Amino acid sequence: MAHRRRRKRKEIFAQGNEAVAQGALLAGCTFYAGYPITPSTEIMEIMAQRLPRTEDGVFLQMEDEIASMGAAIGASLTGRKAMTATSGPGFSLKQELIGYACMVEAPMVIVNVMRGGPSTGLPTSPAQGDVQMARWGTHGDHPIIVLSASTVPECLEMTVVAFNMAEKYRTPVILLIDEVTAHTREKISIPFEDELEVLSRMQPAVPPEWFKPYAEAARGVPAMAAIGQGYRCHVTGLTHDQMGYPTSRPDEVNEFMTRLFRKIDNYYHDVLIVDEYQLEDAEYAVVAYGCVARSAHHAVDQARARGHKVGLLTLKTLFPFARPAVEKLCMQCEHILVPEMNMGQISREVKRVNNGRTRIRTLNRVDGQIITPSEILKAIL
Amino acid sequence: MSDVTKLIHEYLRHNKKFPHVFCAGCGHGIVLGSLVRSVHALQLQKDNVVIVAGIGCSGRMAAYVDFNTVHTAHGRALTFATGIKMANPELNVICVMGDGDALSIGGNHLIHAARRNIGVTALVLNNQIYGMTGGQCSPATPQGDMSMTSPFGSLEQPFDTVELAKAAGANFVARSTSFHANQLDKLMQQAIVHPGFSVLEALSPCPTQYGRKNKFRNVVDMYNWLKKNTVKVEKQKEGDTRIPTGVFQNLDRPGLEERYVELRQSLQAEE
Ligand SMILES: Cc1ncc(C[n+]2csc(CCOP(=O)(O)OP(=O)(O)O)c2C)c(N)n1
Ligand code: SF4
Repeated sequence: MAHRRRRKRKEIFAQGNEAVAQGALLAGCTFYAGYPITPSTEIMEIMAQRLPRTEDGVFLQMEDEIASMGAAIGASLTGRKAMTATSGPGFSLKQELIGYACMVEAPMVIVNVMRGGPSTGLPTSPAQGDVQMARWGTHGDHPIIVLSASTVPECLEMTVVAFNMAEKYRTPVILLIDEVTAHTREKISIPFEDELEVLSRMQPAVPPEWFKPYAEAARGVPAMAAIGQGYRCHVTGLTHDQMGYPTSRPDEVNEFMTRLFRKIDNYYHDVLIVDEYQLEDAEYAVVAYGCVARSAHHAVDQARARGHKVGLLTLKTLFPFARPAVEKLCMQCEHILVPEMNMGQISREVKRVNNGRTRIRTLNRVDGQIITPSEILKAIL
Repeated sequence: MSDVTKLIHEYLRHNKKFPHVFCAGCGHGIVLGSLVRSVHALQLQKDNVVIVAGIGCSGRMAAYVDFNTVHTAHGRALTFATGIKMANPELNVICVMGDGDALSIGGNHLIHAARRNIGVTALVLNNQIYGMTGGQCSPATPQGDMSMTSPFGSLEQPFDTVELAKAAGANFVARSTSFHANQLDKLMQQAIVHPGFSVLEALSPCPTQYGRKNKFRNVVDMYNWLKKNTVKVEKQKEGDTRIPTGVFQNLDRPGLEERYVELRQSLQAEE
């Protein structure tokens, strides 16, 4: 049998922000709208270079972050895969329309490169202070998917995952990275198109007369007609019935709201992504995400070298919260350490899941410096 | 069937639960009628018409018409419209906004849409007040006029939509009123077909909120006021302080979406 020659992937030395842009293009993103802000700007600059060179790519610099959200949602409604990227202050401005995207179930990806806050804060320093805002930033009860990445290759990988989940679940997906991950340079290899799973939204299978744009459907995710396809739907941020028209009838409102949650809550096995490292026999676990997970990885290796049974759970999906994986650790381990660059935004989730079973310790830094492996090691030993 | 009935059958949604939200005498319904007549006169394909509306009484009109309709967020209609037009330049994108929508919370988007000359038609339904929220002052409320939030008369100078849009560089700028339905139809058609960014302001009475607070005895008074206090711009003489109507700017720059397609083609030709 002829031996198939192994293809060699293209390898580049890139920043996290470049990897995000690469991932977006690989995932089929053809629309970007944004407003410059450190430390996310490189994503926008790369999209400005790349998109006009693609067949139908559109790049827009809008007048502010609110406009960027609006333009991206508009593009999504026409069938595009759309993205916007920002940092702290801009992420605050996007919140109202993130809720709009949840409400009308418009797939899109919002990248927030976290810097020190509140307010203008520390524009060039890393932080993890926007974690709970990503979950609860927009008003009203709503489900949302929040992902994170801790290395440059993961930035590419998780951006593709973000687009896929946005399309599959018809929801905005937020990708949270931090200044360190965004600006660190590492080698990444660019996957071939046929190596990647790239998902697209479900299209209507019935003619316009029969189509209900917000009907109950398999998985709770209705098919989505693009503007201009002949379906002439109504899209509104008001709570709507199955036809998309405003309603305040309690039964219809309840049906809509529960479907909105159910379409994500029933698919935890698909949505919750974690990395388990050295956890099989661990007596001590570290739960971390973003650049801190990287430090934690080193710390775990060092602790193991000294004979301590320590493992690491890296959260790649931050919300919905990875309850099953964390619960397992709460039963297995005597101590859990949650190091993060905020005053305890994920540790409160861990404590909630733990429900008093084991000891949860926190390690917090809010001075614009990353948490080092030795700090984590010291906290463990 | 009369012509009006035919239009109703063809362009209003049958599956939408009427009655509509507009008060008796509201000018917004007249603008909606004009929009439907204009789309019909221009023979635009319903599938290619997109109505992008803001939040307010004006924004509610999107739900009633059988086009692609997007009821967005307060002030943000133009941002959605920009995304839609850039993503699919074949579509006829028409934005419907109130004066609060277009001039206050969305004022920044209005001037930037004009500056970037995106191929969208912006209809500003100016009733000089916040209708939906119960009659508060808007950036179009005339100085001295009463509202729930200017109970002693507004101290602030209002925006002039036409002058603002002209200064910001809109390709086509026009004004008419709900009283002048024929003129409104004509200008509406021009605004829709004009390339680049078009702004059409329609002065549109709100008897419920504005009229009652400002000593209009009834709806008819409000329409009479529009008749008496407006003048076609071509007929306006020096010193005439009536509000001019008609076309105020008529430039011929290509829309951003056209220029973008050209850019893309030239970049691809390079490669
Ligand atoms: C962000 C936000 N702020 C405030 C409101 C409340 N609100 C709804 S409509 C409106 C004003 C409506 O006035 P206008 O735009 O002039 O439209 P009209 O109702 O007069 O047609 C306001 C302030 C809102 N929906 N969203
Ligand atoms: S409140 Fe005013 S603007 Fe709103 S529907 Fe009534 S008359 Fe029209």
